[in-house]
Amino acid sequence: MAELLEVRGVSKSFGGVHAVVDASLTLAAHSVHGIVGENGAGKSTLSKIISGVHAPDAGEVLVGGGTVRFHSPRDALAHGIATIAQEIALVPRATVAENVLLGIEPNAAGVLRSRDLRRRFDELNERTGFSLAANTRVGSLRTAEQQKVEIMRAIARDAQLIVMDEPTAALTRNESARLLEIVRQLAASGTSVLLISHYLDEVLDVCDTVTVMRDGHIVRTAPSAVETPATLVAAMVGREVSLEYPAKVPPAEDAPTVLAVRGLRRAGVLEDISLEVRAGEIVGLAGLVGSGRTEVARAIFGADPIDAGTITLDGRELRIRGPRQSARHGITMLPESRKEQGLVMMRSVRENVTLPTLRDFATAGVVSRRRERARTGELAHDLAIRAPSIDAPVSTLSGGNQQKTLFAKWLVRTPRILIADEPTRGVDVGAKRQIHELILGLAAQGMAVLLISSELEEVLGLAHRVLVMQRGRIVAEYDKEATMEQVMAAAFAADTAGAVS
Amino acid sequence: MSVHALRQRVGRIDVRDYGIVVAFLALFVALTLSSSNFFTQQNFANILDQWAAIGLLTIGETICIVAGVFDLSVGAMVSVSAVVACKVALSASPTTGLLAGIATGLGLGIANGVVIHLTRINSFIGTLATSIVYAGLAVIITGGNIVTVLNQGFGALGQNEGPLGIKWTGWTFIVFAILATLLISRTIFGRYVYAVGGNPEAARLSGVRVDLIRGACFALSGTAAGLAGALLASRTMSAQANLGAGMELTAISAAVVGGTSIFGGDGAVWRGFLGVMLLAIIGNGFNLLNIDTTYQQIVYGGLILVAVAADQLLRRRA
Repeated sequence: MAELLEVRGVSKSFGGVHAVVDASLTLAAHSVHGIVGENGAGKSTLSKIISGVHAPDAGEVLVGGGTVRFHSPRDALAHGIATIAQEIALVPRATVAENVLLGIEPNAAGVLRSRDLRRRFDELNERTGFSLAANTRVGSLRTAEQQKVEIMRAIARDAQLIVMDEPTAALTRNESARLLEIVRQLAASGTSVLLISHYLDEVLDVCDTVTVMRDGHIVRTAPSAVETPATLVAAMVGREVSLEYPAKVPPAEDAPTVLAVRGLRRAGVLEDISLEVRAGEIVGLAGLVGSGRTEVARAIFGADPIDAGTITLDGRELRIRGPRQSARHGITMLPESRKEQGLVMMRSVRENVTLPTLRDFATAGVVSRRRERARTGELAHDLAIRAPSIDAPVSTLSGGNQQKTLFAKWLVRTPRILIADEPTRGVDVGAKRQIHELILGLAAQGMAVLLISSELEEVLGLAHRVLVMQRGRIVAEYDKEATMEQVMAAAFAADTAGAVS
Repeated sequence: MSVHALRQRVGRIDVRDYGIVVAFLALFVALTLSSSNFFTQQNFANILDQWAAIGLLTIGETICIVAGVFDLSVGAMVSVSAVVACKVALSASPTTGLLAGIATGLGLGIANGVVIHLTRINSFIGTLATSIVYAGLAVIITGGNIVTVLNQGFGALGQNEGPLGIKWTGWTFIVFAILATLLISRTIFGRYVYAVGGNPEAARLSGVRVDLIRGACFALSGTAAGLAGALLASRTMSAQANLGAGMELTAISAAVVGGTSIFGGDGAVWRGFLGVMLLAIIGNGFNLLNIDTTYQQIVYGGLILVAVAADQLLRRRA
């Protein structure tokens, strides 16, 4: 088959973290190509390099045999590559036809020719067989219909390749099936599709070729006819363990239950979440991105309101109204995004560390910088935070040191419960190891730890017990020796398709 | 050296801190050299008196902007406060009148905080709306007339001289600036103001009551407006409903020229103070050097553009 696009030796790092390493890939014309991999394996980054969102640090992208350098998705579109991102990018107040032809409206000297616009839209409607109503406002359409508008928009621009990143994540099962049918038709009529998906069955069903990624590397590319869900999972997990984990100290036999959550519900997000964490125990929450792990953490911490359920600390039921009350009870959370939710980036390490406990450092409302420096200095030493100075803005620190600052912030007082959401995301290997030791050390001191990570290795390497989530529910629990395959199978299982109602 | 490396070397905080200092000092020296009337005790005392009201508003505005909100209602709050001060002074003592004016500013500021908290509207639009309401309130209270106070005691604050030949208006501004500086740089409240402006979500997840802190900033800004209203009313022994109209824009300009980031989380009261003083000596310079004051507006406008552009350039690095 004719070659449409080639990626040669492409690498991309973000702040020292290698998202994609030396990836090479060839996409054929008239075909559907799938990319699968764990969370953070580099699928999205690779697709964004192809669609012009990111520029590669090394390597090249070739279209039709010639090297191209995309500076924006617009550049890529000019070369026939369109993207349908996870977040729909349409103008909600405009009509379907207006959105489809946005930016390429038929016009005479800048004056819109509505009749031509309508004729052009009708042609596209016929060609795709979508039968969308031209004058409906896009904002009132369901996600599945909006995706059709995006696809039509790509075709209107003569796209040769449409990159779809998790297109079925927000769809019901029937809608997914219909979308996959459309993908097949596109390939048959000459438009290739690059499909990034978590759903292995889907990928095997619709793709001609499948590429497996792991830790930024391409593991292999093979015809989907020779793959099965099991072979894909095995390739995604890999055999070698890239990181050694420190020895776990199991919690004492008679360790009391510190945190008990019963029947937690948040409409449309979480359903019937029950879990317990004992003193000294690390409980891991595994699952795909969007499965509700972060939402569980936020609900327990009081960052989001809950519709039902109880949270018990040391046998006493709590009425948590917000992070303020939680912190007072000794419940702490390291949020998943340190930049967006965790740290005030332009303020100093010291100011960030003392923010939740500022009253401890103040007399009559006046903060004692001397006392702040003393305590922050101690913590910076204990956690090996490397900063130009504890008075330097956090933004000047590396990702790992920022993450340690986030830990320090909640260790000024010793908490009862530490919820760590993605504690090593975007952190280099050395700092990662230190953070792992820190978490194990805190648990060994009797802290109850709830650990969330998209890296399965990390969850299995640190946690004493693993809960697997899928679509807002806890679907499996593993004690001690769970294998990656077991957990992945539970997380990827297709039998509960359809969003939480 | 690439622009990127240069920016890293210079560092964001330094540029922000010293941009206003350098600009101020340069102009200060230039004016000292070019006009013999500039570096005189009398001239400085005059500048402080003339700019005291705007200066007070700028300090309140600076604190609001650092906390991530804008207060567009300060001008209208000045009007209402001044009018209330005069009205009360007519029926009670002059001192009661001035205190009532200040209290009015505080009350209207708290009302701003409550409205923004309850409606969750963007502060820019929210205080634009309340400013229109407040301006209307001032007209209702005065019935559209000038309110004049005859009791000479009412003029003491606005007209009399204090130590060093500086009027009490100037001293009010200086003392308020010092207190605000201490509040913002030394206290828990001040720390929360920076956190709330720098990253409201991180502040919330750290247990900071974001709306309460922002509400307190509105209250502070209102108090500054109340003080400014009392000063202005006392100075002319009278007030009318449009007294403070447009002052909010000058105050925001001065805060921004002082290097307060319009994105919140960065800025300082002393820098706002220098921002006002820079605008003040520019105006002063035009007068002393006999330059057509029409050009003054062009300079002010250009200065704001430079300050905001520099702010964005420095931000993009993050």
